[in-house]
Formats: sequence, structure tokens, C-alpha cells
Amino acid sequence: MDNELTVSSAAKETLPTVFGYIGIGLAYGIVGRASGLTPLMITLMSLITYGGASQFIIISMLVTHSPMISIILSAFLVNSRMILMSTTLAPYFRKESLFRNIILGGLVTDESFALGMNKVNYTDRKLNFTWFNTVNFFAYIVWAIASLVGALLGNFISNPDKFGLDFALVAMFIGLLYLQLVSDKSIKFNLQLLVVGFVLVATFIGIIFIPANLLTLVITLIACEFGVVIKHAFF
Amino acid sequence: MPSSSFILLTILGSGLATWLSRIIPFVILKKFRLSARVVEFLSFVPISIMSVLWFENLFIQHLGHLPSLNVPNLLASLPTVLSAVISKNLLVTVVVGVISLGFLRLVVGM
Repeated sequence: MDNELTVSSAAKETLPTVFGYIGIGLAYGIVGRASGLTPLMITLMSLITYGGASQFIIISMLVTHSPMISIILSAFLVNSRMILMSTTLAPYFRKESLFRNIILGGLVTDESFALGMNKVNYTDRKLNFTWFNTVNFFAYIVWAIASLVGALLGNFISNPDKFGLDFALVAMFIGLLYLQLVSDKSIKFNLQLLVVGFVLVATFIGIIFIPANLLTLVITLIACEFGVVIKHAFF
Repeated sequence: MPSSSFILLTILGSGLATWLSRIIPFVILKKFRLSARVVEFLSFVPISIMSVLWFENLFIQHLGHLPSLNVPNLLASLPTVLSAVISKNLLVTVVVGVISLGFLRLVVGM
């Protein structure tokens, strides 16, 4: 990561996450094809719904002929963490026009959010439209193409899991978490470690009774509150 | 599989819901400022959300009961964390992660 907010630095910095998108996008396309979706629908879902995990959930619910409203609600709940990420990101773009804010906001993903939060550690806590839009756009295009290619490959491969591609996303979160821990100087390192430890315990307990589609959001909210309380009590 | 029109409407509906989740904070925060308390709260979002997205993959949910361990994901996480610490490079981390789980599945047969 460098301190430049240009198209070329954005492209360079997005490249590693692109491999994550390719792996999961291919897997998604293959799963979609195996479930009986056409390559057109598979690609349209990537372009319109645009939300990794939620797309897998939508497919599984289509297969079981769930009511449309419950599919849409599930997708909304899984993606509701976007509200939190957008709220965290938006203050960096107050000076940009409303139109640009809508363009940027509309394509925020877990990875572009994480990259952006990492980037501000190198740019004196600044972001701009050019840099973030490039990151978003790159991810969007790669995701759509990978989904389509996966759908076409799906005619030949039925079980994408066995190659370990589904771990690409998890590995990406591990990498992004580590980079965030070592580069974010706005929160003390020991406090960050405490929050991560808390998240592990909370996830273990929460997974017992919180439905999977709400787990990420609920645990994140509790962990943020935990962080604030501990920061004021001990740091 | 349901009909094409059902699938298309589902895609449009979930797309709209997701898009609104993404843009509404940007639209509202153009006009309003967040309080210091909320900003502080949000400063914990990155590490919290990335930790959950990792940790929830280490367990297999059985609602109402203790989760079981997702042993392949847990084992694959070890070289992945190590490669993140050593390389400080996202691409290396992702590749090591995928190879680790692929190795566990194809060679070890987990």
C-alpha cells in the first residue's frame, strides 16, 4: 500500500483481492449451473444483487422453491452488514457530490471496504472518489466475468469445493484482518487483539442461537460496543 | 427451479434491498454528521467484521446446540495466518489458503 489515491495505485492494490473474487465467482457460477440456473440468470444475479454469500443463499432457496419475499428478506439480512460498512465509509466522501456518493455506495463490498479502511492508514485518513471507484469497479467487473465463466465451466465440473477455492474468501479475510491489525494506528494494538478475541468467543456462543443470516451483523454490533466500553475503561 | 420470471423478480428484489442498504448511509451522511460516540463505535467495524467473517467459517452451526468445529477450515487457517504474518501480502495469503484447503481435501481426503 502507498499514499497515492490514483487509478493506478487502486488497480495495483485491488489485484490481490481479485484472486479471491475469481475463486468465489467461479464457484458461484458452477454451483448455480449445477442447481439449474441459466448462465444468463447467474450473470444477472452477480450484476444486480451483487453480494457474494447472499447469492449462494438465493440459489439454495430457489432450489427449495421458497417464497420470493423470504428469499429477498434473507438476502437483505445477510447483506445488512453493508449498512454498517457504508456508514463507516460515508464520512470520507462528504465533500463529493451526491451522485458520486450513490455511485460509490452502490458498489461497496466487504473487500473494497476492507481495502479502503486499510488505505486510510497510509493516506493520513483520506480517501477519494477516483481511488475507491476504481477499486469498486474492478471488483464488480471481475465478479461478473468470473460468475459467467463459472457458469460455462459448470457444464463440466460439478463439485467446485474439492479444489479449495471456497477458502479464497476466508483466506482473504484473514489477510485483510492481519494487515488492518498491524497498520491501523488509530486503535491500540492490544485493544484490537482483545476485540478479535472477544469476537471469537462471541461467535462461538452466538452461533448456538443466532440464525446464520443474522450472525455477522449481530456479532459485529456487539463487538464494536465491547471495543468502545473497554477502550474507555482501560485504554 | 422456478420460472425465469420468478427468478428475475427475485434477483431484482434482492438487488434493490441490497443496493438501498449500501447507498442510504451515503445519502443521509451527506447531510448529517455522526456523533463522536458513533464514530468511535464505527472505528471497530473493520476488525470486528473481518474477524466474524473468518471465525464463523471455523464452526458448523447446529441451531440450539453447541457448534462443531470445521476441522479442514481450522487447519487451513494455520498456514494462512502464518503466511499473512511472514509475507504481509494479501495475494500470497490467499494463494496459500486455497492450496492448504485444496491439499487437505485432495491429498489428505478431509
